[in-house]
Amino acid sequence: MRFELTPRPTVSPVMRALAPVAAFITAFLIAGFVIWLMGRSPIAAFDVYVLQPLSDPWSLQELLVKATPLALIAIGLSYCFRANLWNIGAEGQYVIGAVLGSWLALRTHGTEAGAWVLPLMLILGIIGGALYGLIPAFLKTRFGVNEILTSLMLVYVAQLILDYLVRGPWRDPQGFNFPQSVTFDPSATLHPILEGGRVHFGAVFALVAVLVTAVILGRTLFGYRLKLTGDAPRAARFAGFSSKATTMAVFAISGGLAGLAGISEVSGQIGQLQPSISPGYGFTAITVAFLGRLNPIGILIAALVVALTFIGGESAQIMLKLPLDLTQAFQGILLLCVLAADALVSYRIRFVNRGGGK
Amino acid sequence: MTIFEAILLTIVTASTPLLIAALGELVTERSGVLNLGVEGMMAMGAACSFAAAVTFDSTLLGVVAGMLAGALMAALFALVVLGFAANQVGSGLALTIFGLGLSGLIGAPFVGARRDPVAPIDIPILSDIPVIGRLLFEQDLFVYVSVALTILVALYLARTRSGLTLRSIGENHTSANGLGLPVRRVRFWAILFGGACAGLAGAYLALVYTRFWSPGMTAGRGWIALALVVFAAWRPGWVLVGAYIFGAATVLQLHAQAAQFGVPSQLLSAVPYLATIVALLLLSLRHGRAIGAPGSLGTPFVPDR
Amino acid sequence: MKPDVSSSGPPLVELQGISKRYGDLLANDGIDLSIEPGEIHALLGENGAGKSTLVKILYGVIEPSAGEIRWEGRPVSIGSPVEARNLGLGMVFQHFSLFDELTVAENIAVALSHEWSLSTVRSRLSEISRTYGLALDADRAVWTLSAGERQRIEIVRCLLQNPRLLILDEPTSVLTPQEADHLFTTLDRLSAEGCSILYISHKLEEVRRLCRRATILRAGRVVATIDPRARSAREIAALMVGNEVGEVRTDAPHQVQGEVLKVSRLSMPPGGLHGQALRDIDLVARAGEVVGIAGVAGNGQSELFAALSGERLAERAEAIVIAGKPSGTLGIDARRRLGAAFVPEERLGHAAAPSHRLSENTLISHAAAEVSRSGFILVDAARRLARSIVQSFDVRTPEGDPQARKLSGGNLQKFVIGREIIRKPKLIIVDQPTWGVDAGAARLIRQALVDLARAGSAVVVVSQDLDELFEVADRMAVIHQGQLSPLKPVGEWTREAIGLEMLGVAQAQGGVHAV
Repeated sequence: MRFELTPRPTVSPVMRALAPVAAFITAFLIAGFVIWLMGRSPIAAFDVYVLQPLSDPWSLQELLVKATPLALIAIGLSYCFRANLWNIGAEGQYVIGAVLGSWLALRTHGTEAGAWVLPLMLILGIIGGALYGLIPAFLKTRFGVNEILTSLMLVYVAQLILDYLVRGPWRDPQGFNFPQSVTFDPSATLHPILEGGRVHFGAVFALVAVLVTAVILGRTLFGYRLKLTGDAPRAARFAGFSSKATTMAVFAISGGLAGLAGISEVSGQIGQLQPSISPGYGFTAITVAFLGRLNPIGILIAALVVALTFIGGESAQIMLKLPLDLTQAFQGILLLCVLAADALVSYRIRFVNRGGGK
Repeated sequence: MTIFEAILLTIVTASTPLLIAALGELVTERSGVLNLGVEGMMAMGAACSFAAAVTFDSTLLGVVAGMLAGALMAALFALVVLGFAANQVGSGLALTIFGLGLSGLIGAPFVGARRDPVAPIDIPILSDIPVIGRLLFEQDLFVYVSVALTILVALYLARTRSGLTLRSIGENHTSANGLGLPVRRVRFWAILFGGACAGLAGAYLALVYTRFWSPGMTAGRGWIALALVVFAAWRPGWVLVGAYIFGAATVLQLHAQAAQFGVPSQLLSAVPYLATIVALLLLSLRHGRAIGAPGSLGTPFVPDR
Repeated sequence: MKPDVSSSGPPLVELQGISKRYGDLLANDGIDLSIEPGEIHALLGENGAGKSTLVKILYGVIEPSAGEIRWEGRPVSIGSPVEARNLGLGMVFQHFSLFDELTVAENIAVALSHEWSLSTVRSRLSEISRTYGLALDADRAVWTLSAGERQRIEIVRCLLQNPRLLILDEPTSVLTPQEADHLFTTLDRLSAEGCSILYISHKLEEVRRLCRRATILRAGRVVATIDPRARSAREIAALMVGNEVGEVRTDAPHQVQGEVLKVSRLSMPPGGLHGQALRDIDLVARAGEVVGIAGVAGNGQSELFAALSGERLAERAEAIVIAGKPSGTLGIDARRRLGAAFVPEERLGHAAAPSHRLSENTLISHAAAEVSRSGFILVDAARRLARSIVQSFDVRTPEGDPQARKLSGGNLQKFVIGREIIRKPKLIIVDQPTWGVDAGAARLIRQALVDLARAGSAVVVVSQDLDELFEVADRMAVIHQGQLSPLKPVGEWTREAIGLEMLGVAQAQGGVHAV
């Protein structure tokens, strides 16, 4: 037996919208099967992963908290992926953004520095992420080095830089030798939107990024430039859009947003630097971007959905003794399903028996 | 054994998994498919081989399990990119994420277990030659296999009919299809071979290199293997050279860390990753854009029927 | 020694009621066709008539939706090219099925069955080459070869398998007149040896030279099977096209004025891995005239287009002067703003983005069109512009604002040329304006280009189609290996002289050349 693909003459918008949903359901069924193989009840797992977080106010807040960095990074990545450029180093850009922003927090620690600290930290975060993202872009445009490998290698480097700083020069002298920085001053802390709540202003940044991106991608020549570069690169050059400038721009944008996510997370959630400041947001955001079909609103929804798997994973670890790695495995299989579903939208699949089917 | 000999020996051990994984990916890429899932397949190979080796107390079964795990992961990838013509870059990334997660699940019960060293094969007389004797002729079986594999892959691609077919398909799948060459069948086996090699490389890491299992133990080696294929301009001989250069860099930075030169250990740990970037950069400076890349690399193939 | 068509015994191959459906499109509709042993049978038809689909079905590349194939009277099912070859079919593709990075011998071996080792291929190759006068070097990489040599590889590849039926798809489209003559001699000889040939073409003269029977396709159906020598060219053309296609009128009064484009000593290194370098190109196009550039594919046409359009920049600004301004170092947008317009060879993916709607495709020449303001897209203006192009250039669309890939080749070509002409550019440079376009659209496009010139613009047409250039051009030059011959009025050129320039013989003064 073999597969045959025939291009569909027309792609219905309903199918296009439903494909990620179908992918999500398929991924859930596969994950349920794996859980069953591990000797646990898939029903109980579904309850812990999905139903409980959605019925508990604390978890709902936590959902927004986790969705914030995912949405910010994935929105940035959508610029790259639309132009068919592969920035897979968002995790590193997130870390460097956090590091550069935190530098100011640590420099001004214990001083009378005023309200200007936080905005400047955020800007430094964006700059840090953008500059780090520009390294693979520069190597690609100037020397033709493949951006996939360089952006990924730089993730490991960024994590080692962070590790060095929190164990070395930036370690809190009063921290009982724990590898972590001092806790940020209030002037360097991103505050919750509601007093006493957990959701900080990073969520607002994510929302703004979604709206601005919707306008840029849908209404501007720059948005068209990305689409054209991704869909027909020669036509983009023919339209006068330099591919080098496009590459630099989208890496700067996605790096900047990843950096903003990093510094927001550190100053809004964690409150200090430590060796690990991300449960893999930068990689998970790739799944989010594709699950959202590279569409800003879609990404917003996808970020919330995928954030659920993080929270569910944490409670499943406690309640069902299911390892956290299950969440990562699920995110991987989800991305595979999304990409396969994308293909199903553009092609009709037939099963043909060898020899027959004439 | 002198320190010098010991270092050379560890370089061989550090290089072998890179070499095996990169050879597998090279064959996959020469057929025109880019599989970025090497890291994930390697992680699965490591976890499954270690689990099987501990459970059945057999290194051989462990190796078989590792290769099977890698090949199964590759089959999943093949289903998505050949069957559904999905984007290869995205699918490979997904495979890596999936493999890293799943290997964590499989390996978790075996944290803390240890395996005995695999006995090296001593080739009499030759191994008594000073310095290079033990280095070349008293290695474990995997090392010999990896070198033999390099030669076999090189001969296969250059000298055999089947290798010619594979290269043609990688060069231009539309023409190949027009001539009636079985594009998807050849690619399927090439992907599977790549997966089995990545699995074997993972098995080597778990059973010989570290002899224990820990989460994330592949530490980017799959990605370095991918870079090696580019660095080698898709030629097996250069993969061997590249793997040994990288193996040497890894081992020397470990020794440098132990010697405490006053350089932060993190900087030394970053050496393999930075070296990868520098190697890719130097290659581009010398040759311009990705020289030797198969013409159809990474583009989905949809036969027109 | 041509076998009699009415001889006894079943035909070598017989197609009955072959149909092929792609979605809503019926590419082949109940086609009947039979070929006798030793016959050279022509398959005639316009671009898009369904010829390529039919031969791909015969060769097992695609499967028919309905119909039957009989081989020597037996029904057969040809599931793949391998099965086709085992039956005794050989095929020379229009766009060659060769692998650039492999050697000649490897390219041949890869298509043969497993009994063929590289060394047997090598020895048989030199044998066949000698017998049929098809010189080939077994160890050269294909990318170093000319189009004529590449075609030879395909032919030798077929001949090594002693085919009963050889299919050639538009074989002369990439050949010089001299190379084409050589090919015809080879084909006559094969036919005399008993090999049947299915010869696909839209060029009447060739068909009349080679064949006694021709099957004519139109819109996927057989309209007639005739003896091409017994009918006039006009009659056959009418059968192919359906209704008569008028000639392009070039007689409008016009006067040639100042230089709009002046290229002087333009040189450029090869762009891609296997590109052609440009060497000391001199070219002038004046307002009111059509300048034609002839040449065999791969001799630097696309490089010249990239240099003139600004997709690749020259080292000296003075190398290219557009409307009086040195522009060699200006990008394509800046050149468009000077009043230049460009239409590349490749419609899908270069001139237009296949998956984008026509209104979005107007944005590709945004630099010179009123479709954006301070970075924002004027969606309505883009739609209006697309609509007026569609109306002015008779672009037939399946819906209001379709994706570019949904248009037929001819209609999309009318759209991309219309997109540039509608803003009345001072200079237009068109690469292969009617490649793969049906006769009606080709005529409309040629007329539009001539009319533009007569209205005072400078028009440069790069084309492999000599008939087209003789029809529209006022002055003409030939490009060969990146060098351009002197520009001369069309009346001073003969086909033979052009052929010699295409082979590079004219420049080399009869030196030794690989022909």
